[in-house]
Amino acid sequence: MQRYLIRRFIFSLFAIWATMTVTFIFMRLLPGDPVTTLVGEEGDPAQIEIIKARLGLDQPVPVQYFYYIRSLVTLDLGDSIYLRLPVMDQMVEALPRTLSLSVVSFFAGVAIGLPAGIISAIRRYSVWDHVATFIAFLGLAMPGFWLGILLIIVFGVQLGWLPVFGYMPIGEGVWEWLSRLILPALATGTGFAAILARQTRSAMLEVLSQDYIRTAYAKGMRERVVIFRHALRNGLIPVVTVMGIALAILLNGAVITENVFAIRGLGRLFIDAILGRDYPIVQGVILLVACIFIFMNFFVDILYAVINPRIRYTD
Amino acid sequence: MAQDTAAQFELSGESSRRRGFRYFARRFSRDKRAMLGLVIVAAFALSALLGQLAAPYDPSAQAYELLEPPSIGHPLGTDNLGRDVLSRIIVGARISMVVGISTVALAASIGIVLGVAAGYYGGWIDMIVMRLIDVLWAFPNFILAVMLVAIFGLGLANVIVAISLAYVDDFARVIRGMVLMLKEEDFVTAGRAMGSSNRRLMFRHIFPNALPPVIVQASVFVAGAILAEAGLTFLGLGVSPLTPTWASILNDARPFFTRAWWLATFPGLVIMLVVLAVNFVGDAIRDINDVREYGPGVTS
Repeated sequence: MQRYLIRRFIFSLFAIWATMTVTFIFMRLLPGDPVTTLVGEEGDPAQIEIIKARLGLDQPVPVQYFYYIRSLVTLDLGDSIYLRLPVMDQMVEALPRTLSLSVVSFFAGVAIGLPAGIISAIRRYSVWDHVATFIAFLGLAMPGFWLGILLIIVFGVQLGWLPVFGYMPIGEGVWEWLSRLILPALATGTGFAAILARQTRSAMLEVLSQDYIRTAYAKGMRERVVIFRHALRNGLIPVVTVMGIALAILLNGAVITENVFAIRGLGRLFIDAILGRDYPIVQGVILLVACIFIFMNFFVDILYAVINPRIRYTD
Repeated sequence: MAQDTAAQFELSGESSRRRGFRYFARRFSRDKRAMLGLVIVAAFALSALLGQLAAPYDPSAQAYELLEPPSIGHPLGTDNLGRDVLSRIIVGARISMVVGISTVALAASIGIVLGVAAGYYGGWIDMIVMRLIDVLWAFPNFILAVMLVAIFGLGLANVIVAISLAYVDDFARVIRGMVLMLKEEDFVTAGRAMGSSNRRLMFRHIFPNALPPVIVQASVFVAGAILAEAGLTFLGLGVSPLTPTWASILNDARPFFTRAWWLATFPGLVIMLVVLAVNFVGDAIRDINDVREYGPGVTS
């Protein structure tokens, strides 16, 4: 186990390095450079050279790579090309917005998906089951941005219940913070809720068909007790594994949702940087995302082994 | 995530392939949801093929009827330049279909070659391929596609390559698992004893038997690819803004949503309908092949 973990950790570091290096090389190999975009096609060539020199872009690629790695060691990701602010600062500013959105979306998804799945399983083939199944199918097929747009039109514009743009830090008041996140969280969390509902339904159905549940009913226990004490506890184990991919689904959604609801989070920062070919930000965000996902997978593997002692990793 | 993908797919003793196409068609036609899905998919395939021929108006012709709500003349209304929304949606089907089909072909081809090679040869080839796949696997597919577009640049070809690469890992893992399982089978040993070359063993004996889960994976993937293209285009990272696609119709209409509900509704509805239909067809294919899906990745 220990050897496996060490190997897994080394692989994680390698994966992050590989992602970073591929990004670095490709961004420099491909046509279109940020300085020309900044100055314009008719810009003075001498001026372009000066700006390039100041940004270090006149150096050969291996030299640029060396400097990049050297400053990475001190967590310096360089300055962005347009705003001339440290990439690190811009990411640190954007991160709480994306995290807030992900957390609220997660709870929205669980609050909708889990009960829907349980009800579907207990009342199999009932009207509720059919309705939940139908909505889950729609939720999986619906593009997140479209749902966001519909929510804005209905709840923001027509009914005027909730604000539809921007973000407020939680320090400004919990409601100020939450009210701006409800609609984006619904747009992001619906797909997750749909997956969760389907998984919960099939996991619960499997448990409900087992002998010990029948025994519990036969002993004359009330349905509530059987469901919540006996079935749910085992039925939720496979569901926990779905939660492992929740972060992936939610961050997927956040990239799009932040764009629809004008939240200046990581996703928005990233997309703007791609469109403006702002290398340092693109590299910084990709590096951060790589760290998040690669180490998350690492921890999820460990967590599986902790939850289920039968899992023994061998090498 | 779990290391062992062989366990991800479990085949019943007889796959539908062995039972033949007729069996497949019979079971498929009995599934009402699948047939509904097929009809919808066929309708969109037709409009993608016919394109402008099927459209009542020239999709880029501008008229004086700006932002007109749905009427008999314009069943889905007009946009801010007076263009007929229905015509633009019909023409937009082409991009979605092209992206859906070409990405699945590309991702499956690369994935199959990598997966078969890794599973069959094992050793250092397996090691290298799987480490590569593991790196891709670490990222959610859509974020990976965005990252790849960030690296490659914009445009239809780049979008197709980016979405394909984002899904290569899913295909490679599935097929490698199947190959690992199949290469221990007697018929492979028999083939080897008869002097078949490695390539012949891989692609004539093992590969056809490893196909059902790949087909299932592909049917799931088409829906994901259509959604991914829509997402990328909506973010401005997709196909050129001048080409009408479902997502770009939505994106162009952003400033007018509050005044023109039809602009916000119909293009999204069409995306949802097609993805729903593809999912119905995919579910039926999965059920008939009796391939059980486990674990994440397949759904994202």
